[in-house]
Amino acid sequence: MKYIPVRHHWRWVSAGVIAVLALALAYSLAKNPNIGWGVIGEYLFKALTLRGVLVTIELTVIAMVIGVGGGVILAIMRLSRNPLLGTVSWFYIWLFRGTPLLVQLLIWGFLGALYPRLFLGIPFIGVVFADVPTSSVIGAFTASILGLGLNEAAYAAELVRAGLISVDPGQTEAAFSVGMSGSLTLRHVVLPQAMRVIIPPMGNETISMLKMTSLVSVISGTDLLTQLQRVYTQTFQIIPLLLVACIWYLTLTTVLSIGQHYLERYFGRGTTREVRQQVALATGGAETLIGAGVGAMSDQKLGEDHR
Amino acid sequence: MTTSEAQSQGEANAAQGANGMPMVVAEQVWKSFHHLEVLKGIDLRVERGQVVVLLGPSGGGKSTFLRCINHLEKIDAGRLYVDGQLVGFREQGGKVYEMKGSEVSRQRAGIGMVFQRFNLFPHMTALQNVLEAPRYVQHRSLADATEEAKTQLNRVGLGDRMSYYPAQLSGGQQQRVAIARSLAMHPKLMLFDEPTSALDPELVGEVLAVMTKLAQAGMTMIVVTHEAGFARGVADLVAVLDSGIVIESGPPKQVFEDPHNPRTKEFLSAVL
Repeated sequence: MKYIPVRHHWRWVSAGVIAVLALALAYSLAKNPNIGWGVIGEYLFKALTLRGVLVTIELTVIAMVIGVGGGVILAIMRLSRNPLLGTVSWFYIWLFRGTPLLVQLLIWGFLGALYPRLFLGIPFIGVVFADVPTSSVIGAFTASILGLGLNEAAYAAELVRAGLISVDPGQTEAAFSVGMSGSLTLRHVVLPQAMRVIIPPMGNETISMLKMTSLVSVISGTDLLTQLQRVYTQTFQIIPLLLVACIWYLTLTTVLSIGQHYLERYFGRGTTREVRQQVALATGGAETLIGAGVGAMSDQKLGEDHR
Repeated sequence: MTTSEAQSQGEANAAQGANGMPMVVAEQVWKSFHHLEVLKGIDLRVERGQVVVLLGPSGGGKSTFLRCINHLEKIDAGRLYVDGQLVGFREQGGKVYEMKGSEVSRQRAGIGMVFQRFNLFPHMTALQNVLEAPRYVQHRSLADATEEAKTQLNRVGLGDRMSYYPAQLSGGQQQRVAIARSLAMHPKLMLFDEPTSALDPELVGEVLAVMTKLAQAGMTMIVVTHEAGFARGVADLVAVLDSGIVIESGPPKQVFEDPHNPRTKEFLSAVL
């Protein structure tokens, strides 16, 4: 017996409409002289652009390392039974989440106006190990790192805390019952399981950090966008150079998304989701949709607490 | 229990403290959560090598008492000794000091616990679950800890499931891994908190079989369970907890067939 599948006539209609629109858009882009494909080609791999890309990557990586490290510490402080640590963590998050990143970057950039000199020593008795002008220690790059990293720590702290809380308390009890200490339990049992919940929104954070690095232009950074801005204020090739920036940001974001996929898979090992997917692969795939749907949902829920 | 098995496997208890002291002594143990009093003066003695089954209606305090024995809950009043030592506290010069976290961990390492919901570490294979504590709490070498884990997994009949993650195992298999995880620390006392309540009926038997074997091997065990068959067949002593006190205790035959307390009769007729 031969089964005749359901015909999807409307799929053909919608495909036709989308094809026409896509063609029209492609045509308008290709034929528009204001885009300046030649300029894009010229600047896409120019040394100046590549230097900007490198700085953007450096800023993203270092700021995220500070952000995640600080976030883990803040989250653990927040959940600890020591009331002082909890309050300090709460205050930090309140302060850094409650003020705009742009303002924070400006303050770090102009720190010299607030504290002209930095001292390292013992206060009140006059022992000084170092005494230097602020501007010599905190340049544009350091200020960018501090601004982006310390701000990110406040957001990351909340993500990590959500992840830690999501782990079943029975896990901690089981670990305690075989004699594991609090810190061993945290490192070997709770954090690895929390990672499964933390990774997807942290991927979002990394991707938005990549783009937030462009804000450092206000304290004369040397990232991708700032470099290109400097060029187009002289040459007025605004749109082509902005498109060059977009192409690079899109490329980097794609690379990050792929990395995120593999990280998620690693930290998802042994979970029902993975097992379900294995079963689904064996039986034909219907279950995979459920697994993916759950993943996307938690992704959204944790990502919504965002600027 | 056969003598030869008891000698070969009663390793921990016999070797460590044949000082004649009971394994567990509870004297007037009180515990409340906020304003709810859950334990109102528990008295209980568990001798070395004994299997004690705690029975009673839910909310009677069985699980709470069990969790007090390895200090997952801190008692409010009374004294609780395991192997002659206060649990969670240190007695010095007539004063009782609360223990630091590291001391509590050391005490817990000698007391195994099996949970109703298994609580296996889901990101580790069966083998990794079992070798975790020998490796990182006792700081044994990886080879040594692995050897220990394999021995214990074979003992619960899961030698062929070592590389499986918990989610790939049945409930009964998971609970047996959890038992192996506790046994790998060579505990002198094993606590079981409703170990078969979360299992499908056809999987209960395999877990009870492992527990019976363990009891025959001379392990001191305190078991919270509703499995009357296990209590009758394996327990040396049955204690009935209701409203935070032990209302009746004695050999299973006496408690099941000739209970003194009317509340016990009521409870037994409801569950049997």
